[in-house]
Amino acid sequence: MTTDTSETRRYGLSQLDHLEAEAIYIIRELVAENERPALLFSGGKDSVVMLNLAVRAFAPGPIPFPVVHIDTGHNFDEVLAFRDRVVEQLGVRLIVGSVQEAIDEGFVREEPNGSRNRIQTPVLIRTAEQHGLSALFGGARRDEEKARAKERVFSFRDDFGQWDPKNQRPELWSLYNGRIHPGESIRCFPLSNWTELDIWQYIAREDIELPDIYYAREREVFLRDGMYFTINQHCRPGDDDEVFVESVRYRTVGDATLTAAVPSTATTPAEVVDEVAATRITERGATRGDDKVSEAAMEDRKKEGYF
Amino acid sequence: MDILRFATAGSVDDGKSTLIGRLLFDSKSIFTDQLEAVEATSAQRGDEYTDLALLTDGLRAEREQGITIDVAYRYFSTPKRKFIIADTPGHIQYTRNMVTGASTADLAIILVDARKGLQEQSRRHATLVSLLRVPHIVLAINKMDLVDWSEDVYREISEEFVDFAARLEFTDVTTIPLSALTGDNVVSRSANMDWFEGPSLLHHLENVYIASDRNLVDVRFPVQYVIRPQNGQGDYRAFAGQVISGVLRPGDDVIVLPSGLPSRVKAIDTAKGELAEAFSPMSVTVRLEDEVDVSRGDMIVRPNNQPTVTQDLDAMICWMDSEPMRVGAKYAIKHTTRSARALIKEIKYELDVNTLHRHRSPSDLPLNAIGRVTLRTTQPLMVDPYQRNRQAGSFILIDEATNRTVGAGTITEH
Ligand SMILES: Nc1nc2c(ncn2[C@@H]2O[C@H](COP(=O)(O)OP(=O)(O)OP(=O)(O)O)[C@@H](O)[C@H]2O)c(=O)[nH]1
Ligand SMILES: [Mg+2]
Repeated sequence: MTTDTSETRRYGLSQLDHLEAEAIYIIRELVAENERPALLFSGGKDSVVMLNLAVRAFAPGPIPFPVVHIDTGHNFDEVLAFRDRVVEQLGVRLIVGSVQEAIDEGFVREEPNGSRNRIQTPVLIRTAEQHGLSALFGGARRDEEKARAKERVFSFRDDFGQWDPKNQRPELWSLYNGRIHPGESIRCFPLSNWTELDIWQYIAREDIELPDIYYAREREVFLRDGMYFTINQHCRPGDDDEVFVESVRYRTVGDATLTAAVPSTATTPAEVVDEVAATRITERGATRGDDKVSEAAMEDRKKEGYF
Repeated sequence: MDILRFATAGSVDDGKSTLIGRLLFDSKSIFTDQLEAVEATSAQRGDEYTDLALLTDGLRAEREQGITIDVAYRYFSTPKRKFIIADTPGHIQYTRNMVTGASTADLAIILVDARKGLQEQSRRHATLVSLLRVPHIVLAINKMDLVDWSEDVYREISEEFVDFAARLEFTDVTTIPLSALTGDNVVSRSANMDWFEGPSLLHHLENVYIASDRNLVDVRFPVQYVIRPQNGQGDYRAFAGQVISGVLRPGDDVIVLPSGLPSRVKAIDTAKGELAEAFSPMSVTVRLEDEVDVSRGDMIVRPNNQPTVTQDLDAMICWMDSEPMRVGAKYAIKHTTRSARALIKEIKYELDVNTLHRHRSPSDLPLNAIGRVTLRTTQPLMVDPYQRNRQAGSFILIDEATNRTVGAGTITEH
């Protein structure tokens, strides 16, 4: 069984083909087994790739579930516009859970530092409940962060949306257990085995459109904690901050008040691929003020029901 | 570039996580911010060295206890390959998580502490790896720095393993003495062990030949989902799924199981167009010539090469729940895309993982036990021996009250 015949070479698949096939299988599996799934769509690169894969999974039929956006109110304008355009093109139903409305109603309270990362979790859980959603697709990848590295593909959540990392269901082969009782739910991660580089190679290969902030442009920026922040309606320089023009792009799209840009000259997907291949710092390390709060910040947020 | 999936195995504290950390570190696959975080945590705890196990032991509870609890998946690539690593826990309490990580692996690294030799848990993991038929094995004799890089120790443990493994079914075992702590024989060959002539671990991982592990002979296409758009696409009706083995082409005569209805492949679709052939692990959509009744859980195969259609299974089961498996109990079963219910008819024996002796006819199978079991299912399943087909030969059992995944089964030759 160890000879390299032309047979086996001919039926080889590249790593991107493997990952694509696996993700499509996972998406179909959840939809087949869950009554009311939905896909979390933020307009960020991972969720765009995931939505693209969902289109492929059910073509030529429509995507058989709605998409959900938890709107922190701290969005980049380009990303919101992009979200609306994509949703319209695909003809999918968009459910928006508004963090601002939840604050106005007194359902959650604004955190002292202004970050809405933590308070978006109860809004996410409430939105899912209000719409009777029993499963959510997320674009999280295991290579992003050490708590995410521990996550199952089908991640069971109790009736409070909580993750219990010490007591996860065994997950063997590609036999996913999506069984739940009423009130419980599944978070499903089709991109679990993708890295940031895989995502970009796929975007480049498949010519997938992304919000413009993922590409380098000359932008007005200022420095905070050594990171580049662009000026927008949510992010203003302080009185002492020096504002200058720099060619930057975003590696992740999160809360616009907290997400930093990185210096870059990459204006096309192929150029971003080269840049990502050479980088020595993770996307979260490079761009997220919020994960630096504590060593276990992500694990704690996930236990509360975050992605 | 292809993908190699590998998993670690072995007893608690044998150095699995440290080895993965070392492999990532020495192959320059760690990002600077990750390394800084790990260095800071290690320094804060007063470790003598930076504890590279922290690169995979990412949970709070793992860091408190200094053990791995659940599988961590890590990714790296070299110019030769992309690697998906599953670093699994050695502690017996978390055997289910080790099984999770090993079930999809092309290769397992079984670590043994050079000072201790094979432990019960090393034997249990070796048995599980053999049961799961992970095609390639590396026996990594670790902590060689603590036994003066002794060739004798290396030989003793290799022989002990060969003795034990003689009763298991391994086809490809490579033994490497190494030190996860110092990096000897991990990425580059060790100067401390010039008596060892084999490759470094990374060199072996980059070059082990896996393309022929796939089954390109038996066409098995479990239907996952029926695609039947209602919006003016005419009468488009097709069957979505992943090819688990074999090569399927338009024009092929097929039959749908379990009904046995014959048809022919009209086209193989993807969102990007039609394909001339589909093979494992491609996710595609198959259209048939005839209006046959096909739904999720059915399997499309070639008429001259069929799996066994049966309600009676004979399988090895690894039990993963604190509530033991009992004769006469019923569970939900999931096999390929088909779900049914299963009754445990008989437990033929439980395997003693230390001696591989068979204890006949126990009344139950407790947590972490491995046994040979016969089951009767409420619906026919289309099965192949696990030995021949990892996907058509495996199933899981689910407790219908708690919904927990409680058993992993591999179908034995009928
Ligand atoms: N001297 C020496 N110590 C080692 C070596 N490899 C690991 N260790 C130490 O052994 C201890 C256990 O290492 P881990 O990597 O956490 O062991 P593990 O196999 O991952 O343990 P579990 O995941 O809990 O089963 C740590 O203190 C390591 O520093 C080695 O090659 N030499
Ligand atoms: Mg470990």
